[in-house]
Amino acid sequence: MITFDGVTKRYPDGTVAVDDLSLEVPTGEITVFVGPSGCGKTTSLRMINRMIDPSGGRILLDGVDVTTIDPPTLRRGIGYVIQQAGLFPHRKIVDNVATVPYLLGWDKKKARDRAMELLERVGLDLRLAGRYPFQLSGGQQQRVGVARALAADPPVLLMDEPFSAVDPIVRASLQEELLRLQAELNKTIVFVTHDIDEAIKLGDRVAVLRVGGRLAQLADPATLLAEPADDFVREFLGRDRGIRRLSFVPGDGLRLRGDLTVPASAEVSSVRGTAEAWLVVVDDDGGPLGWIAPKDLPDSGTLAGVPAAPYGTFVKGRDSLRSALDAALLSPSGNAIAVDGSGRVVGVATREALDEALARVADGARG
Amino acid sequence: MGEEPLVRWDWIGRNWPEIQELLADHVIMALVPVVVGLLLALPLGLAGARWRWLYQPTVGTMNVIYSLPSLAVFIVLIPITGLATRATIIVPLTFYAMAVLIPAVVDGLTSVPDHVRQSAVAMGFTPLRRLLRVELPIAVPVVLAGLRVATVSSISLVSVGALVGRGGLGYLFIDGWQRQFPTPIVVGVVLTAILAAVADLLLVVAQRWLTPWSTARSRVREAA
Repeated sequence: MITFDGVTKRYPDGTVAVDDLSLEVPTGEITVFVGPSGCGKTTSLRMINRMIDPSGGRILLDGVDVTTIDPPTLRRGIGYVIQQAGLFPHRKIVDNVATVPYLLGWDKKKARDRAMELLERVGLDLRLAGRYPFQLSGGQQQRVGVARALAADPPVLLMDEPFSAVDPIVRASLQEELLRLQAELNKTIVFVTHDIDEAIKLGDRVAVLRVGGRLAQLADPATLLAEPADDFVREFLGRDRGIRRLSFVPGDGLRLRGDLTVPASAEVSSVRGTAEAWLVVVDDDGGPLGWIAPKDLPDSGTLAGVPAAPYGTFVKGRDSLRSALDAALLSPSGNAIAVDGSGRVVGVATREALDEALARVADGARG
Repeated sequence: MGEEPLVRWDWIGRNWPEIQELLADHVIMALVPVVVGLLLALPLGLAGARWRWLYQPTVGTMNVIYSLPSLAVFIVLIPITGLATRATIIVPLTFYAMAVLIPAVVDGLTSVPDHVRQSAVAMGFTPLRRLLRVELPIAVPVVLAGLRVATVSSISLVSVGALVGRGGLGYLFIDGWQRQFPTPIVVGVVLTAILAAVADLLLVVAQRWLTPWSTARSRVREAA
């Protein structure tokens, strides 16, 4: 656990970067510091590994005041990922990753073995190990940066806007990768960003800081979206707060109908009598093929020969209400198809079911 | 000169031992200043990169020295270091080399990207280790570029020393001129050019070998 206890950073010219910050970063969780430029988020991060020392207050790492630890020793026990990766251009990828093990005096073989293991873990082709950083794309470099930070297996990871210099698609995949890694590793992570969407996506807890280095709100993302502490936080969260909140409502609560599914091998005549406007056609494995409208079907043949309309799916038990709503909007029927982990249709969330679920969320917002 | 041929090979054959001696003398007088200049430029360049206010005065002084005509400096030094001694040539050329190398060291060190330096700090490098293992290696391509300029210009400047009695291959120019005999002049020019080309080539090879990460980068750029 990292504890900020009344931490202040005041520079000699009188600028206050961080003002009386007190909060706890729980072990094994991702805590995101987010805020506009000048809010002291990076300064706060750098005070943890003493790249900056506070001018008041204390930072405790598992109860020990960090200022009592020699900086190089302290830093070798804390992983650090910087924007633009900060890789050493003159060292091969494998040696970049092995940096901290080398500093800790591991022998070369052990350090390199460990580096290879980590390259694999962050999803990099091992053939990249012998290349130099400039031969890698920005996204690959950033993965190397993460691997390097993890090399000596530090319990704490500091990430300073690590994904803000890569394009949005790569950023999204790096974010997914971090969440996947964190599910395996359970590090104590402090993540700094100016991007509130990134904060909400990654954070177990989000600390919103305002200019002048004051804590505006510290909460889990769902609470932050539902109950912003004040106008500053509300404004910083931006538009679509209500819709984004749906990402944190599980899609499990949706009432599913199991009677709207028909196999592709069925005869057209078998569905002609139904009162339903739309049915889902599934293949032999139970995977969705699309929507059909029973009222405009050909005279004969099987449903496999009928052109099906587009559809959207969400995974029952995993995806949020927002994903279900998105799936519904992708279908002309306005219904969302629920599938299981292997892609088999398990039911349909109709517009009525979605409406009921949204009503429950809106009801919750009242309190 | 008239009917005299441009090169008389028999003269070269007869005087070969002497030519070799002049060549060796030329190499020593050209390269000692570069090596000593580099050894002095490293600490001064480090200081210039660390304390920026030192940089301009140092480089300014060096540029003033660089602008002094070499012949004038040689003559001024004669009472101190002696007529026709190696020192009379080596001392000024060392300053010329430093004038090129100090800015190269400073530029090399400031070419280290800020995020690289910061990540080295954050990984737990001590300041000395960071300098030796991260900053200096990254500075090498820029320093080597300066070293190439310093080496070639040093090789060419040694010849001027012939006017104060110690100019390595430059002696051949004076000799040929005084006797209206072109062969020594041609030999001197060709050997000086070959010497400069070989020295430069060796530095290029050293650069490829020391900084594969940088030569590969320039090859990629050329290909693009």
